[in-house]
Amino acid sequence: MQPKKNIISRIGHSVIDSIWMTGVATRFLVQVLWRSGTSWLRFQLIIKEIYASGVLSLVIIVVSGLFVGMVLGLQGYQTLQTYGSEQSLGVLVALSLVRELGPVVAGLLFASRAGSAITAEIGLMKTTEQLKAMEMMAVDPIARIVAPRFWGGVISMPLLAAIFSIVGVFGGYLVGVVLIGIDEGAFWSQMQAAVDVREDVINGVIKSVIFGFAITSIAVFEGFDAKPTAEGISRATTRTVVTSSLAILALDFILTAFMFRGI
Amino acid sequence: MPLESLLYPVSTDNLIEIRDVSFSYRDRPVLKGVNLMAPRGKVIAIMGGSGCGKTTILRLIGGQLRPSKGEVRVDGQVIHQLGVDDLYQARRKMGMLFQFGALFTDMSVFENVAFQMREHTNLSECMIHDLVLMKLHAVGLRGAQNLMPHELSGGMARRVALARAVALDPTLIMYDEPFTGLDPISLGVIGNLIRRTTDALGLTSILVTHDVHESLEIVDYVYFISNGVVEAEGTPDEIRSTKLPFVHQFIHGEEDGPVPFHYPAPDYAADLGLRSDS
Repeated sequence: MQPKKNIISRIGHSVIDSIWMTGVATRFLVQVLWRSGTSWLRFQLIIKEIYASGVLSLVIIVVSGLFVGMVLGLQGYQTLQTYGSEQSLGVLVALSLVRELGPVVAGLLFASRAGSAITAEIGLMKTTEQLKAMEMMAVDPIARIVAPRFWGGVISMPLLAAIFSIVGVFGGYLVGVVLIGIDEGAFWSQMQAAVDVREDVINGVIKSVIFGFAITSIAVFEGFDAKPTAEGISRATTRTVVTSSLAILALDFILTAFMFRGI
Repeated sequence: MPLESLLYPVSTDNLIEIRDVSFSYRDRPVLKGVNLMAPRGKVIAIMGGSGCGKTTILRLIGGQLRPSKGEVRVDGQVIHQLGVDDLYQARRKMGMLFQFGALFTDMSVFENVAFQMREHTNLSECMIHDLVLMKLHAVGLRGAQNLMPHELSGGMARRVALARAVALDPTLIMYDEPFTGLDPISLGVIGNLIRRTTDALGLTSILVTHDVHESLEIVDYVYFISNGVVEAEGTPDEIRSTKLPFVHQFIHGEEDGPVPFHYPAPDYAADLGLRSDS
């Protein structure tokens, strides 16, 4: 009976730990929001973080967006040709990117590139006692270090998702129009007619804002909560990428269900 | 009036007054009724073995930890009873030099020293520039103002951290192991800077250190902590001439004594399986 009891006890402990950790993370997030005043009053702090999270992520976002768009163009053309509707390639590429792939893939890339960097940076500051030093200088590290990174990420994410979608559409154009030779007018006009600003574009933007909120919340919390050792930072960085990725996929399903299926 | 105040009247001569303070990390008691005073304008050293609670005392003074019993007063205020705003206000009068400097790695030397001035004052850029250069000149690193922390040696980083700690002319500076990992020249430089800064600015300094010989040259009073209590205290001369076994072992770096060389373990022969432990 002992091993069975141990397993049940371990499951119980892990459930309690998870709930406790969720509570700690939520309380931390509330503190970040509560103490964000300094960041908005000194907006250059947020600008600096937009550069670190957003501008420095541009290369991976642009290159990935271009290739995803080009692959969509090739795959879409092959399928649409079967039904004789290859002229609708623009619609397929644009809707796929604006509704789903833009926010989701940009979110996954953002979590890997910027989320991990935020966690590692805050974790290292903790390990090298920079956060403690700041506290002793009567400067609140949550207001001065965490909040600007949080808002920098929240602002950057939808912009990166938009850039991803735009570049992706251009990739689809390159393959569909320039390479395969679909009519350029049909490509753009059908896209213009089928993509609805409120239903598609705004919903895509809402998704990317929510993903940005989720990713940066996870990243700053994991950094602040990291054990102050090399191994602790490594684990925290990994947790940021894994948890953010799972959160993006789960949130995407929930949001899609609400937005596009009228549930 | 609380009974404690009658028993221990608050003295205005002491900047720091630690009375009967106990503290535990979870179930592990670290401090058990420590009493410690730091008179204004003096350099006080807190010594003891690794893990004896020296740094914990600094964190209690800084209000980063709360004692489970007793009272920590800084400039007359019970630090662990202050609200967040008052605590931050009290910390503006404190400076702290961390073991490895804890410089902000994304800022230059100049920006590190200017950090508190930018955060807490409305001084003009021109004024900040001049003040930072004065602080850096005092520690001999005016020429290093544009370097980044990773370009500094350990001793230089400690000196920049000292310039940063005195940036807003605090009344108290706490030094956490300032001599760790320094070469003899840097060690002497940091030691002299601590003494000179204290005297020149009229500060009170609390020095947590293992480095007996360097510290005894510059401090006014020493507290030895062991097993969570103040084992010995006195002026450097009194400490040097003490017959207390723990202090003697510590000062002379003897391998065995009240602090044993061996961690508690079962019988050696029994552990090697050479004879039964029955």
